[in-house]
Amino acid sequence: MSVNFGYSIAPTRAINYDNCDFSKLHELEQAVPSFKRCINCGACTATCSAQQFTSFNIRKIKTLCMDGQYESLGKELKKCMLCGKCTLVCPRGLALRPIIMTMRKIFVTK
Amino acid sequence: METSNPYFSPFVLPFVLGAIFLLGICVWKFVRWFKHFDRLQRAIIRKNLLSWKIIPALWEMFREGILHVRIWRKNLMLGYMHSSIALGWFMLILVGFIESHMTPASSHPFWMAIFYRFFITTHQTFPGAQVLTFIMELMLIYVLSGILLAVVKKIYSRILGMKKTTKHILIDRFAKAFLWLIFPLRLLSEVLAASRFQNGGFFTGFLGDLIPPSNEYFLLLSWTLYSCALCGFFVTLPFSRYMHIFSELLLIYFRKMGVREKSERTGYTMYELNACSRCGMCIDNCPLNKELGHNDVQSVYFLRNLRQKKSPIRVADDCLMCQRCASDCPVNIDLMAIRQQERNKHEMDTADNYGYLDTVQPFNAIGRVGYFGGCMSHLTPGVPEAMKAIFEAAGQKYWYMDEDRTMCCGRPLLQQGFNRQAADLRRKLTEMINKSKITMLITSCPICYQSFKKEYKLRIPVIHHTEYIAMLLKTGRIKVRKDDVRTVYHDPCELGRGCGIYKEPREVLKATTHLVKAKQEKEDSLCCGINLGDTLLDIDQQTLIRNAAFQNLMYKHPDQIATACPMCKKAFAHASEFPVKDIAEIVRENLK
Repeated sequence: MSVNFGYSIAPTRAINYDNCDFSKLHELEQAVPSFKRCINCGACTATCSAQQFTSFNIRKIKTLCMDGQYESLGKELKKCMLCGKCTLVCPRGLALRPIIMTMRKIFVTK
Repeated sequence: METSNPYFSPFVLPFVLGAIFLLGICVWKFVRWFKHFDRLQRAIIRKNLLSWKIIPALWEMFREGILHVRIWRKNLMLGYMHSSIALGWFMLILVGFIESHMTPASSHPFWMAIFYRFFITTHQTFPGAQVLTFIMELMLIYVLSGILLAVVKKIYSRILGMKKTTKHILIDRFAKAFLWLIFPLRLLSEVLAASRFQNGGFFTGFLGDLIPPSNEYFLLLSWTLYSCALCGFFVTLPFSRYMHIFSELLLIYFRKMGVREKSERTGYTMYELNACSRCGMCIDNCPLNKELGHNDVQSVYFLRNLRQKKSPIRVADDCLMCQRCASDCPVNIDLMAIRQQERNKHEMDTADNYGYLDTVQPFNAIGRVGYFGGCMSHLTPGVPEAMKAIFEAAGQKYWYMDEDRTMCCGRPLLQQGFNRQAADLRRKLTEMINKSKITMLITSCPICYQSFKKEYKLRIPVIHHTEYIAMLLKTGRIKVRKDDVRTVYHDPCELGRGCGIYKEPREVLKATTHLVKAKQEKEDSLCCGINLGDTLLDIDQQTLIRNAAFQNLMYKHPDQIATACPMCKKAFAHASEFPVKDIAEIVRENLK
């Protein structure tokens, strides 16, 4: 029986790390070691060509990836146009195109 | 000789069987590959089969298959080495054939030309015989000197100007050993024959006089070994790199007919794969080899992997696509197209991913020229600014297509094998361009330029901004003054080797500054390292490649670097203490 109280409670957004599968993250980190250098500054996202048209957000993808939340990644990654602007602005010299390509291999399911 | 045929001896059998085997295998392979040509390629061949195009095709077959003119141009010693074996051997066969057929005899079996001195033991068989003997001796010396150089190259390749040579596989080593044995054994056989029959020319005759007349056993043994070496070479040839001898000739013929590579592998690709002689000239200048020590990804190894039907994806992917190897290849194999074919195989998803681009509204720009800066020009805002100033100075109405936001041209995706996604982007941009009704498209980014020019099917002319500025200068629509800053020009890969634009940027720079030379330029220029072709390199590796390119530019101590690509500009800006400018920026500064 459900009672309408006139308000609802949002589902919790807390992530239980114990239930997360980090194997894919480790796979990515092993394939492109420079991934670990990221400081979440968001320069890549600010300059991104795709971001100028849609809500594509590399920084968010990275954060989701670090938290083991892989569900939406496949759909998001397809929006990247691989133009490579992000690699040129990254202050930490991450190999961003290799990261995106590896992510596509790992997360984009056919 | 007690046999019924005076021109037969059992020792010719290995040669004859080997030759028949070789012929059979080659015909079988060539027919099989030809069956795999696609319909369009076959139609081209059918149309041109017996047209006037045969004449240039035959000429190039002779020039490149026999004389090796392209190798001569690159390196004299290597040219001598390769042509000595090809031309020398070809002449030995040709003159030997004439010699044997001029000889009055009851029959002329085809092996008679090869074992002529064994069967014909007299000197004066027909008028002019001595001239042919002289040519034969000369050619034998020519081939032997080439073999000697090849041995020297094997021991210490730097003498012949090669830092690294190909690491060969076992079958290639065997084939090479047989090839190297053939000619010394031929010399030995002819010297022994000369000492016994006195039928030598100036060289073998001289050597034959130095030794006592040989007995029949040694003579037969030597000719048998010679025949066996030939047999060994013929049997290993179709499976080794020496398959290039015949494949290259057919490849040149098909290419001259107008056949080109497709986006997937066809029979024509098989001819190209087999036409690689694994000479290794693509190795030394590959930036990945020189700066990073990646020594198994160069085109020679890549093609060999494909021929052996094993192709690690890493090898196809680990390439800057800078086309430097293609400019070094003496066979002119379409290396980039073949690498692209392999990359096309790992296309991952097929859905339309760029639906979000539909929000772009078409713009009406009738009568104006379109300017497309490209993604990277947003990181070098000076370039579009300079172009705007130039358009205004020339009184040209323009539409800056991607001033606020840029759609990618699709080439980076295409290079990674995402063909359908790239086609999505192409369709959207084509629609945008067609609806705007611009009269001409000018791009600042060489990657976009090559993409628009080769992959898009636009109805309007596409030019790079350096071409546009050169045109403005020529027609006098803008006037510039000349300063005396010593400027060196860096050829971007995609603009130079990709589209063949070398002249216009130099014309513009000569009109505006004092142009100095780089150490290696035009077709031989070096990649700046940030090229979008490779998705495996990280920034440290790219920096090493860039440093090498930078050192190359510093050859004449310039005071300024000019380039025509936003990415190259970005790359060198971090390396250089003095200004790195795009050609458009230099022109803008010097506008009168």
